[in-house]
Amino acid sequence: MRRLLTSQWTKALVFVFCLLPLALLGWAALHNGLTANPIEYITHTTGDWTLRLIVITLAITPLRKIVGQPDLIRFRRMVGLFAFFYGCLHFTTYIWLDKFFDLRDMWKDIAKRPFITVGFLAFVLMIPLAFTSTAGWIRRLGGKNWQTLHRLIYVTAIAGVIHYYWLVKSAVIRPLTYAAIVAVLLLWRIADRLRPKAGAVKELPAKSDPQKVQA
Amino acid sequence: MLLRAKSPCDLSYADVTPKSVYLNRRKFLQAAGLAGASILAGRGLWELAEPSVPAFAGTKLSVSSKSPFSTTEKQNTYDDVTHYNNYYEFGVDKTEPAKNAGSLKTYPWTVSIEGEVKNPRKISIDEIVKLAPLEERIYRHRCVEAWSIVVPWIGYSFSEILKIAQPTPKARYVAFESFYDPREMPLAKYAGIDFPYVEGLRLDEAMNPLTLLCVGMYGETLANQDGAPVRITIPWKYGFKSAKSLIKIRLTKDEPPTTWSRLAPNEYGFYANVNPHVDHPRWSQARERRLGEFFKRDTLMFNGYSDQVASLYNGMDLKKYF
Repeated sequence: MRRLLTSQWTKALVFVFCLLPLALLGWAALHNGLTANPIEYITHTTGDWTLRLIVITLAITPLRKIVGQPDLIRFRRMVGLFAFFYGCLHFTTYIWLDKFFDLRDMWKDIAKRPFITVGFLAFVLMIPLAFTSTAGWIRRLGGKNWQTLHRLIYVTAIAGVIHYYWLVKSAVIRPLTYAAIVAVLLLWRIADRLRPKAGAVKELPAKSDPQKVQA
Repeated sequence: MLLRAKSPCDLSYADVTPKSVYLNRRKFLQAAGLAGASILAGRGLWELAEPSVPAFAGTKLSVSSKSPFSTTEKQNTYDDVTHYNNYYEFGVDKTEPAKNAGSLKTYPWTVSIEGEVKNPRKISIDEIVKLAPLEERIYRHRCVEAWSIVVPWIGYSFSEILKIAQPTPKARYVAFESFYDPREMPLAKYAGIDFPYVEGLRLDEAMNPLTLLCVGMYGETLANQDGAPVRITIPWKYGFKSAKSLIKIRLTKDEPPTTWSRLAPNEYGFYANVNPHVDHPRWSQARERRLGEFFKRDTLMFNGYSDQVASLYNGMDLKKYF
């Protein structure tokens, strides 16, 4: 299992998987599969995948502890960066295809419509995380600071779910499903913190080793 | 005013559907072989519209006249109008009704006309389609979600139904109820709204000649996902007012409850007139995306039907009565 998780091939495979939604979107575009309202379809699909990948990054830490596979951390940065990538596509469809780069109109929208406001917040908070995702930045900031900064992903996840919830007209089951999953993943972290770590030597994240940085 | 129903004998099915059109349909020929007599007696047409034919298949309807209410704007394709639908009983995604609405049995079909009327009655779809000459009405259709389409509907003014029903002096509103059966609509329970779907109009709105009792589109009977076999179409209001697959028309003294307004009264009002100056709390109504167009276009007051309907709302604060 360890060998599988640490293999470069597995990483390449995860990379390809993360690109699949975009590939499917491209395929649909070439085969008349974007529905009668392609712009809405692209916006929704990229938004869905942003949220899904955020949920996956949040699931990695609990998963590696629960199943005892610390090497899963190797995929977190990549999945997180793909979440940002789909978030960028999502934001681009909005500002380009919906607002046609009319920045004044966009700001009006952000100020006036809460669901756009929280969506924009979720997106903006991902920018520093993507920017400081490299090993160099972990070193520069120090593991602790870096970790604190990257807890912003919790805010992004919550804001993303609210963004979705406020968007739908009535079928709240899907946004509520995301809300439940995000809640479980965040509550797990609180529970994990409160749990007495009997006899365990407290593991300090080494400044130079990004693999040990946990959130 | 003389209110009298046209006798069902005044028209034969040949008036509704030219024989040459439907005779070449294999399904008709099969059915004719089995039960020719009953078809000649007038059952054929709507049987052909039954959903053993896929949800988007229709039976030709012949139209006696073009309507002066029709727009000359470019029509959306049949494919767009049948594959991008809000019909939550068949799933909440736009593409789901096209896949799922086949389970709706549209024949036999009866609409009950009741409430504050002198002449309550149940009227079959066969009678409905013959009640008045069918017209083609090419209407703009503007969804509250800020997209729009142009559809060549077929039907006649809803006031023809009121002529038969003869509202009593107490009647001030018309309530519509859509068909609901969880066995034919298994996805409805996930929609997050209560069914049956109910809608309503003020009586004078219902009397307006633009209000269409609609039995077809694109020269055919309605596709199931577009509200077969009979729906209401109110072109100056957001699409959710135009209830699909009607089974009940009730005249009432008081404003009837309406589905979306019951769910979120701050977002969806009883009137729901298309109005670019009154935004939905969560999004702008100033512009809309016409399906098939890249750039958004400006939304028109009353969806461009001000000449016909603006006077209905004289003196009303449309920000309050949204």
